[in-house]
Amino acid sequence: MDKILTLLSNLVNGLQLGSVYAIIALGYTMVYGIAKMLNFAHGDIIMVGAYVVFLLFVGQGFNPLLALVISIAACTVMGILIEKIAYKPLRKAASPLAVLITAIGVSYFLQNSALLIFGSNSKTFSSIINLPSIKLAGGKITITAISLVTIITCIVIMIALTTFINKTKPGQAMLAVAEDKGAATLMGINVNKTISLTFAIGSGLAAVAGALYCSTYPILSPYTGAMPGIKAFVAAVFGGIGSIPGAFIGGLLLGIIEILAKYYISAQLSDAIVFGVLIVVLLVKPTGILGKKIQEKV
Amino acid sequence: MAEKKAVGNKAADNKKAAVKAPAKGGIFSSRNFKGDIITIAVLVIAYFIISNLKLSSLMTGLLVPVCVYIIMAMSLNLTVGILGELSLGHAGFMCVGAFTGVIFSRLIQSAAMPELLKFILSILVATVVGAVFGIIIGIPVLRLNGDYLAIVTLAFGEIIKALLNNLYVGKTADGSIEMNMSGFKNVTDSAGKFVSGPLGLTKIPKYATFEIAVVMVVLVYIICSHFIHSRDGRAVMAIRDNRIAAESVGINITKYKMIAFVLSSAMAGAAGCLYAHNYATLQAVKFDYNKSILILVFVVLGGIGNIKGSIVSAIILTLLPELLRGIGNYRMLIYSILLIVIMLINWSPKSRVVVQRLGAKIKGIFVKEKAAV
Repeated sequence: MDKILTLLSNLVNGLQLGSVYAIIALGYTMVYGIAKMLNFAHGDIIMVGAYVVFLLFVGQGFNPLLALVISIAACTVMGILIEKIAYKPLRKAASPLAVLITAIGVSYFLQNSALLIFGSNSKTFSSIINLPSIKLAGGKITITAISLVTIITCIVIMIALTTFINKTKPGQAMLAVAEDKGAATLMGINVNKTISLTFAIGSGLAAVAGALYCSTYPILSPYTGAMPGIKAFVAAVFGGIGSIPGAFIGGLLLGIIEILAKYYISAQLSDAIVFGVLIVVLLVKPTGILGKKIQEKV
Repeated sequence: MAEKKAVGNKAADNKKAAVKAPAKGGIFSSRNFKGDIITIAVLVIAYFIISNLKLSSLMTGLLVPVCVYIIMAMSLNLTVGILGELSLGHAGFMCVGAFTGVIFSRLIQSAAMPELLKFILSILVATVVGAVFGIIIGIPVLRLNGDYLAIVTLAFGEIIKALLNNLYVGKTADGSIEMNMSGFKNVTDSAGKFVSGPLGLTKIPKYATFEIAVVMVVLVYIICSHFIHSRDGRAVMAIRDNRIAAESVGINITKYKMIAFVLSSAMAGAAGCLYAHNYATLQAVKFDYNKSILILVFVVLGGIGNIKGSIVSAIILTLLPELLRGIGNYRMLIYSILLIVIMLINWSPKSRVVVQRLGAKIKGIFVKEKAAV
């Protein structure tokens, strides 16, 4: 019985971590779907978002919700600016690798700016949620308020995003641009605006993920965003990159696998196990769990 | 594919050369040979100039790493430029090479052989092990395409790093080898500990010298440039340009993809061995995904598929952060801004037109002068 209870509480932890990955992976996958680029700076936007919340909430004593809203706004603006300055000129570049390297440059830029502004000492983040945790099964399972909030936020974001893309005009425009930029332009869709909107949404989500991630793992340094960024990228590929439900499922699965591997197998090798599972999945299904198979035309 | 147009002017020239050269394009094709002699001469002259300069200790310490990064950039260019597949785990092969090379050189450390021979043997071992890992990883990876291939190489790089970070290898007092993932049981003497988990490699013999490094750079350069112009290299490039067309003229896709990938990983293994023997201790976490990315930056900045460009960009980008050390904390910030700006100037279609016009003007002046002579 106790074993089942431990498994349950591990699953809850896994779902919580997975929800954070899923939120980040949504940003990755949307940007990939539309701009066909791997935005390596995405992880560092998480870090910037977390720093903004830290400054306002921990430093200035703002209301956590207000701090989060300001952080989302800041990251959204930053995402649009990064796209306009660093990625847009290279959109028609002959090699897709060019924009990848610029994204790496942006990632270095964000990390080093944060290093200069905030210093290399890591800051202790305090949780943005201050509610009592829930005890189940006679106190044997504890679900912290932050894990509940994280999981619920993730589900809400997922539903809102799906509705937005399928039911609204800008959302449909996104789908069209992802499908075929040229045809979308001919149909009167403003491709530049649509891509900006995608980056805005993705970066806003990254800010939310940053606040939630740092509320659980309360150490904030300029390199905080790098590892969750890579993991979320893996999650996006895992679920089939370019697919929104895929990012959601991929994120959740990755979080659960990571926590279970950490608890039951080895804490040091959990990353290796996560990546190993990814390789196996891709070998069995080369385009990810929900990825579409694209027919090759001669 | 659009990718090909992107290759810099130099590469375009190379391609023309490739077309003109005799079909077999072997080691003695004259055009190829001339270009090699010039490049090697430049490298040798550079070596003599550098070894006669009075360098600060900081710069002296950078000589071997610069050579290592040149080799890494050239070998990654085989995968990215010639094979046309994005690899994000190249540091993993370097890590394997470093660890096996050092374990081997520690094992034969007491043997009665000249140091140079011991080092050459360990480099050979590292090269072979790098190639073996290339085969092991290549078999599953090369079935995938595009970004999926990239993510799987990244995953392999991270797995290698995580495994080696938990590996313990040592020699017990009675001479047997102990190797496990949980910690030493029988090895007590610190001199017998070769790899100690997160502490990594310890007491590495310092065999690496600038001379050996330069010789390796020249060797790898010759291998790369001849591979590209060889029959096999052409087959690999044909696969890159159009897989289906290549397949329909009877090129064995898997075989040639494998050749390029394994060659690339073998050279990365050798580079890792050279890199490790330049330090006293080395940890597996040094070979993380940032290192792979760093090498990819060299390749893309130097020109995808352009081996000479890789050499130049590896030198500049390795020295740049050190040259910027004077401005203290701002150096990495400046480095990142420079990286973005260089990429924008180099690759954006608009600025390329401007650059080409400028280039034509400069060329015009040059040609006129020649005509006058």
